Amino acid sequence: MTNSSSERVAERKKHSPLVSFLIRLVREKPLGTFGLVITLSLLIVGIFADFIAPYGMNEVWVGDYLGKPSAQFWFGTDNVGRDVLTRIIYGARISMIVGLGSAFCGMITSTFIGVVSGYIGGKFDLIVQRFVDAWMCLPGLIVLMLVMNGLGRGILPLIIAMGVFGSIGGSRVKRSAVIAIKENVYVQAAVAIGCSRTRILLRHILPNIMGVIIIGFTMGVPGFIMGEAGLSFLGFGIPPPAPSWGGMLSGSGRTYMFQAPWMALWPGVALAIVVYGVNMFGDAVRDILDPRLRGGVGRYGVRRLKK
Amino acid sequence: MRAYIIRRLLLIIPTLLLVTLITFFLVRLVPGDMIDAIYALDPTCEIDRPTLEHQLGLDAPAIVQYGRWLGVAPQVDGSFDGVFQGNLGKSWYRQVSVNRLVADAWPTSVELGLLALIISQLIALPVGIYSALRQDTWGDFIARSLAILCISIPGFWLATMVIVMPSIWWGYMRSLTFIRFIENPLGNLELFIIPAVIMGMEMAGGTMRYTRTMMLEVLRQDYIRTAWAKGLRERVVTLRHALKNALIPIVTVIGFQVPVIIGGTVIIENIFMLPGMGRLTFNAVMGRDHPIVMGTMFLFSVFLMLANLIVDLTYAYLDPRIRYK
Repeated sequence: MTNSSSERVAERKKHSPLVSFLIRLVREKPLGTFGLVITLSLLIVGIFADFIAPYGMNEVWVGDYLGKPSAQFWFGTDNVGRDVLTRIIYGARISMIVGLGSAFCGMITSTFIGVVSGYIGGKFDLIVQRFVDAWMCLPGLIVLMLVMNGLGRGILPLIIAMGVFGSIGGSRVKRSAVIAIKENVYVQAAVAIGCSRTRILLRHILPNIMGVIIIGFTMGVPGFIMGEAGLSFLGFGIPPPAPSWGGMLSGSGRTYMFQAPWMALWPGVALAIVVYGVNMFGDAVRDILDPRLRGGVGRYGVRRLKK
Repeated sequence: MRAYIIRRLLLIIPTLLLVTLITFFLVRLVPGDMIDAIYALDPTCEIDRPTLEHQLGLDAPAIVQYGRWLGVAPQVDGSFDGVFQGNLGKSWYRQVSVNRLVADAWPTSVELGLLALIISQLIALPVGIYSALRQDTWGDFIARSLAILCISIPGFWLATMVIVMPSIWWGYMRSLTFIRFIENPLGNLELFIIPAVIMGMEMAGGTMRYTRTMMLEVLRQDYIRTAWAKGLRERVVTLRHALKNALIPIVTVIGFQVPVIIGGTVIIENIFMLPGMGRLTFNAVMGRDHPIVMGTMFLFSVFLMLANLIVDLTYAYLDPRIRYK
């Protein structure tokens, strides 16, 4: 029993970083765990939508249009007689694809701009940063509307629009992380032994800003899911027959909102739950990975004294 | 401080020029021929293609058009009249200047934005501070859930529900005609309060989280440890030592919220039929009225830039460490 604590330390070290991260998450962040459960549910529902959905995505029940929620159609039917629950389930797939896809695109865009601008520095950095500044001043939603006008409506253009054009501002965080890291001795050592710039960036800088990148990714996903819904709602996102949650809220959802409020109710509820869950999860990820928030309970043992 | 202000003001010039450049080319990103679009939108148009092209200045190269819009290249009639001269151009479809449209629209958006900002701060600051002081307790969980709930509930959905549900339950319908503040202040406020609360809630979530993070960061500082070590009471430590320092970065939150307000006006003004800048821009993007879109985008950017400037200067004023960097 005497060396149980050291055993436990040794035991913990055996875990891969992912497992020890999950252990910390479950132990320290109950809300984050709850968020993870919601996030995983979204993934499962999205991936297996074909098996979970009771009916086909665009299957029309003639005569059952604007049907109230019933045993057959739990969430009711819409104005052409499609099952709302089915469309919500398929909507999860769209949200999942757009959220992850845009976050991935955004991660690459912002990391590339931030790392290159921060590492090269000097005049190049100054010019790039003026562009980023100017871009940040533009009204984001209107810029996305214009970009969607240019690229056309659909899932892929939306992912590109939000991921590339909506993530330029995120490069700032990565840039400042790179600037802080490039002064380290190991980077100078790498320069001294003649490593190529690419090698330094990929092997020495990038792994050290991984925390920032992961935080940016997880914190970005809910924003992109919401962005998709907002743009589809305004008619600049994914065009109608596709069951996007935002799209379901606009168009027919709004036209028939007085006769069939459930058409507009459920997509919003689904959206709120998913964004809530992913946000909570992202928060917990940040709390665990961000070194500034690590350590110290903020009350310096006062709580322990009270016990 | 003076050097800082001058440096900060000088940085605005290149940024503003880049904003005009990006705006101009973003608006022109639309594929297809503009004249075709105009004929498609207005089949009754009787002017032939070359005349129309010449009138709108579309026969000139893009760079000349950009120069004309800025006011550094001569217009079709030879005069210099553009953004630099304070003229944002004329709508393509309506015989109105963009300046006129903007002059009519901005008070609505400012009223909506200000109300939303006030409401969001009233909700966010107390809850955020409480949440940080009681980190990882049940109160903190509830407060944070509330904050994220504010962010998670889509504003456009809530707005739709707010219009639908009262009408179904109580038969209450919002007035669909716009009431000016000067004509009927109470009626005007009744029109604005619900959209403002919805926008304020959306904004409050972010502020609440930011306040909490700032508070937590300050609570980990050495001087807070010193304050605890001195044996000060919790109230003194939190209020006098932590809160004062945490409030400084929270000033920047207002800067963060300006983009949210702009995005919010586009969606909320559309749903609630408020004739503000957001609705003007949205309709112009839908109708491909380029001069209006360029004009409002430019103004939004200037507004955002000014807001950021004021926030930075306030920040530098409040926190002397910034000035000497």
